[in-house]
Amino acid sequence: MSKPRTKQMTVDEVVAELSDGMTIGIGGWGPRRKPMALVRAILRSDLTDLTVVTWGGADVGLLARAGKIRKLVYAFVSLDSVPLEPNFQRARQNGTIPEVVELDEGMFQTGLYAAAQRLPFLPMRAGLGSDVLVNNPWIRTVASPYADENGDFEELTAVPALKLDVALVHLNRADAHGNATYLGPDPYFDDLFVQAADRAFVSCEQIVDTAGLTVDTPVQRLLVSRMSVTGVVETPRGAHFTTCTPDYERDEKFQKAYAAAAGGSDEDWAAFEERFLSGDEAAYQAAVAAFHAEQEATA
Amino acid sequence: MSEVSAGSTTEGASTTGGASTTEGASTGASRAEVCAAAIADAFKDDGEIFASPMGTLPMLGVRLAKLTSNPDLVISDGESLFLAGVPPLFAKGDVVEGWIPFRRVFDVVAYGKRHVMMGATQVDRHGNQNISAIGDFARPQRQLLGSRGAPGNTVNNRTSYWVPRHTTRVFVEQVDVVSGVGPKRAREAGPAAAKYNDIHRIVSNLGVFDVRGPDDTVRLLSVHPGVSVDEVVESTGFDLAVEADVPTTREPTESELMIVRNVLDPRNLRDREVPPVEVAR
Repeated sequence: MSKPRTKQMTVDEVVAELSDGMTIGIGGWGPRRKPMALVRAILRSDLTDLTVVTWGGADVGLLARAGKIRKLVYAFVSLDSVPLEPNFQRARQNGTIPEVVELDEGMFQTGLYAAAQRLPFLPMRAGLGSDVLVNNPWIRTVASPYADENGDFEELTAVPALKLDVALVHLNRADAHGNATYLGPDPYFDDLFVQAADRAFVSCEQIVDTAGLTVDTPVQRLLVSRMSVTGVVETPRGAHFTTCTPDYERDEKFQKAYAAAAGGSDEDWAAFEERFLSGDEAAYQAAVAAFHAEQEATA
Repeated sequence: MSEVSAGSTTEGASTTGGASTTEGASTGASRAEVCAAAIADAFKDDGEIFASPMGTLPMLGVRLAKLTSNPDLVISDGESLFLAGVPPLFAKGDVVEGWIPFRRVFDVVAYGKRHVMMGATQVDRHGNQNISAIGDFARPQRQLLGSRGAPGNTVNNRTSYWVPRHTTRVFVEQVDVVSGVGPKRAREAGPAAAKYNDIHRIVSNLGVFDVRGPDDTVRLLSVHPGVSVDEVVESTGFDLAVEADVPTTREPTESELMIVRNVLDPRNLRDREVPPVEVAR
């Protein structure tokens, strides 16, 4: 029987495929199901001048603090239980992200749809009258060719396509060919990120046989098709410290420690980096386990 | 997701004027409970639409409305499920009546059958809202969340705002960044922006407002029991539209208080967002 090709890679092999100045879309939502192992691999690399497109959480904070971002396209950056991301705040207030594009969060979806459908833009109302259009004067409006019920030709936001060089997403399960399923409450927009990109890399909690993808979950949860996927990485706890329901929830204790270090002194941050971000992914996961053992011992 | 107020501001606790400021004279309702009922009233005439509250008091008010004035409201767990029941704040609902992941929230925004109550770090005289940044956008003094869904919400579906601490730092002449669009700016942006712009209510810890003042400005609709009109005016950083007779916000009924205290918020999370007011003696 013929089988599609296998695309299994490591996180570092994925990052070796990236280059300076690329536009990278990061899936998930805020502090939920983010491809954090891939983000951490970028932190370990020499990559620079990235354009990052994301409904942001700690992915933005970490990449901004490491000076990796030349341009950020976002609608918000938040850790939910810590509403304001301290590294992002710091970067914005110190002016260390050279260019930002703040969009309405729905415009973001429309921009990804446009890219996924190979259109230059799609029209919508969001943005009209707001400072999204003032702060991004390159985003134009477009007149409807059809009169509305009052005879007006509505002038709508022409949301530009958010075309990506690369998309990075994290799902619960995938097969080695790139088909992937989410098991949590929300698909977020990972299918759109993947289709808006020239190349897409899927990390997952576990690689299973293709038949295993639908053995205990409905076929409707198969969000990503292999035809859109370049590489697949198995990286357990690869979304840590964001949610990856039902495999694990957000690591609130760790997130608190992250936020405290990010919002603290330069020494606080250096200590956090040294402890958690100076080694590879296995070292990171081991340091997190040690952190929790320590927390329990002192509790 | 919760919104954030800018900086730490202190509330002038004492009220102006010689009037007695006995809180909740008739029912013993706290200020937070008055706010919850005022928020519920903002949703009572909405019919069968998706009520999207952001923050503790908006969630309490919406659920109170669903249990009293508007049982047809559609509510969610704030994550991805429509709830058939009305669970207490932050409890899991047992019966689910629908699926509302973020992508479908955007669909409902455009569809229009939604009323969102957002927070506001700043609101200005023309009912524009800011949750993006304080200061110059290019290099903010204080970076906030980002504009989130405010630009889209305000030109697509009914939008209200909740301000737990009413001060001149929140109610400003002009917001630093326009996230949520008020009626005047919507009109100036053209029919596509104005058609569905519907800024319904602003509820603060001091009173209730709409944007039907002269030239589409913020107008005082009522002051909460124990609050004077002067106090509201002094706590507002722009020329507030005030009509001759400003009524007092209604007190919650006994059954509303029972629902709030015993059913929806037995842990009294409401007092953390709006602390009980010192009663002058």
